[in-house]
Amino acid sequence: MNHWIIAPVILPAILAPILAFVMRHDISLARIFSIAGAAALAAIALGLTVLAAQGETHVYELGNWPAPFGIVLVLDRLSAMMLLLTSVLALVALLYAVSTEWDARGRHFHALFQFQLMGISGAFLTGDAFNLFVFFEVLLIASYGLMIHGGGAARLKAGLQYVVMNLAGSTLFLFALGTIYATTGTLNIADLAVKLREIPIEDAALVRVAAMLLLIVFAIKAALFPVQFWLPSTYANAPAPVAALFAIMTKVGAYAIIRMYTISFGPDVAATGSMAGDWLLPAALVTVVIGAFGVLGARGLLPLVAFSVLGSMGALLVAVSAFSPQSTAAALYYMVHSTLAAAILFLVADAVISRRGAGLGLLQASPVIRHNGLFAALFFGGAIAMAGMPPLSGFLGKLLILDAMRAPDTMVLVWVVILGGSLLTIVGFARAGSIIFWKSTAIDVPEVAAPMPAQPLAITAIFAALAMLGLLTVFAGPAMDYFDATSQQLYNPAGYISAVLGNGV
Amino acid sequence: MEYLVASTVGVLTAAGVYLILRLRAFPVILGMAMLSYAVNVFLLSTGRLAVNLPPILSKYATEYTDPLPQALVLTAIVISFGMTAVVVMIALGVFFENGDDHIDDQAADADVSEGKS
Repeated sequence: MNHWIIAPVILPAILAPILAFVMRHDISLARIFSIAGAAALAAIALGLTVLAAQGETHVYELGNWPAPFGIVLVLDRLSAMMLLLTSVLALVALLYAVSTEWDARGRHFHALFQFQLMGISGAFLTGDAFNLFVFFEVLLIASYGLMIHGGGAARLKAGLQYVVMNLAGSTLFLFALGTIYATTGTLNIADLAVKLREIPIEDAALVRVAAMLLLIVFAIKAALFPVQFWLPSTYANAPAPVAALFAIMTKVGAYAIIRMYTISFGPDVAATGSMAGDWLLPAALVTVVIGAFGVLGARGLLPLVAFSVLGSMGALLVAVSAFSPQSTAAALYYMVHSTLAAAILFLVADAVISRRGAGLGLLQASPVIRHNGLFAALFFGGAIAMAGMPPLSGFLGKLLILDAMRAPDTMVLVWVVILGGSLLTIVGFARAGSIIFWKSTAIDVPEVAAPMPAQPLAITAIFAALAMLGLLTVFAGPAMDYFDATSQQLYNPAGYISAVLGNGV
Repeated sequence: MEYLVASTVGVLTAAGVYLILRLRAFPVILGMAMLSYAVNVFLLSTGRLAVNLPPILSKYATEYTDPLPQALVLTAIVISFGMTAVVVMIALGVFFENGDDHIDDQAADADVSEGKS
């Protein structure tokens, strides 16, 4: 048993209470330890990804109890790449938060941040559906604290809606898990895969109900129509570094859909069949449309970015809904890309708004900010990545998704919606960029006396994230090899099952 | 007993959903609490209903009840208790900041578009 597998959960779990109790009065010490912790997490995640890339599924039995009696953590290609993505994103968000002093606007930012990382890492690693629920709650309760970090009436109100929505989702999750346990007698993902494949189609009614309930729960997390309403106001009101980290939260929902509906409720399970995909596709298409119109209609910069995240979740879930190895590989590539692109856009938007001054998040011309060109370029980079224009990885990601969606009966609809959505997104971003960066130059106002500090570290963090998108584009070939192997692993659940349950199955 | 448990879950869920759809924070929190009670009872019944059977090994017992749902319920109770406390605190914060406890979005929307951050 490789003990490094549990390190991504243990490390933040130990660091967070230390940050909360020992370093709560010393923000610089907390910053150092928090950033060092995130860097260590990234190093561990990189090591685990190298380990998982060899193709074997590694299992960590907690307390050495064999599955399905004990809880297991499972490291395969999918969970390793999600861990790496999380830790890299966390590092970018943390550097930005420290440099812009977002973390000093309220208390316990770093402790909550580490707890959030613990929950996300656990959700990606766990091999047990109930444990997945527990880690969801860990990451949610930390996200509630982060969401309302810094306070303010609007943020608190949006935070309350976010909390209520997620509490309702958690309750639904429990109902779904209860139904699954009542029908199959297990909650271990691998054991579930075995038991579900034995259920004959005549006795499948309850299992189908449970599968549908579970899909709704994950759809809430992934902000899929018709349960997407929480996302725009939450993301637009959250502190920017938190919104950047939240970019991975919707992907936790997408990850859970990919994991549960390939391994456990796979397309080859007679009881559920292609039910998940049949419901996901129309919902995801509507989500793309809502996101595109939201981008076009948004009156503020942050809501604009939030709606573009919604649209990208739609495109991602369109690819997931096909449940074929090719489309899942495309979805994984797009998932990595859209997480980073969303983070970049939130950070750039915050940098611009903080320089324009309070109350100027609206899309209207105002006195030009310092380094206008630099921020215009950064916004341009993030926007073309998000909209899916060449040369960045959004273009490749959308191309891969379109290429994977060639089923004759849905191809026209999917292509029209995704391409149309991209066009509207481009128009929306072009409008926002030209108003904020170009029209503002026409207003002649002498520069304010006390300019913002330059915050080189924050700009570096944004550039680092953009550079990662560049690397994802340049090394798209090796990356796709990895994602192809990942989806092969997902659609041959026998390897996962035998790794978790031992050789007897 | 099946009828009693089933109707308890049903009534609690219906009341919880009704209350969650209210516009004010206090009924919504009560609704969350009701829903979490409903789901706790539901989880307990997923291991089949049994009376007077031990969940752990005992030398006098001939039959056992399923211990796993009891462990699940315990976890769910702890989590929903903590979550209710959090949501009460946040709702209080909203009440003191805004002066009313409406859940709906109009004021928040206006603030977003003004770019308060």
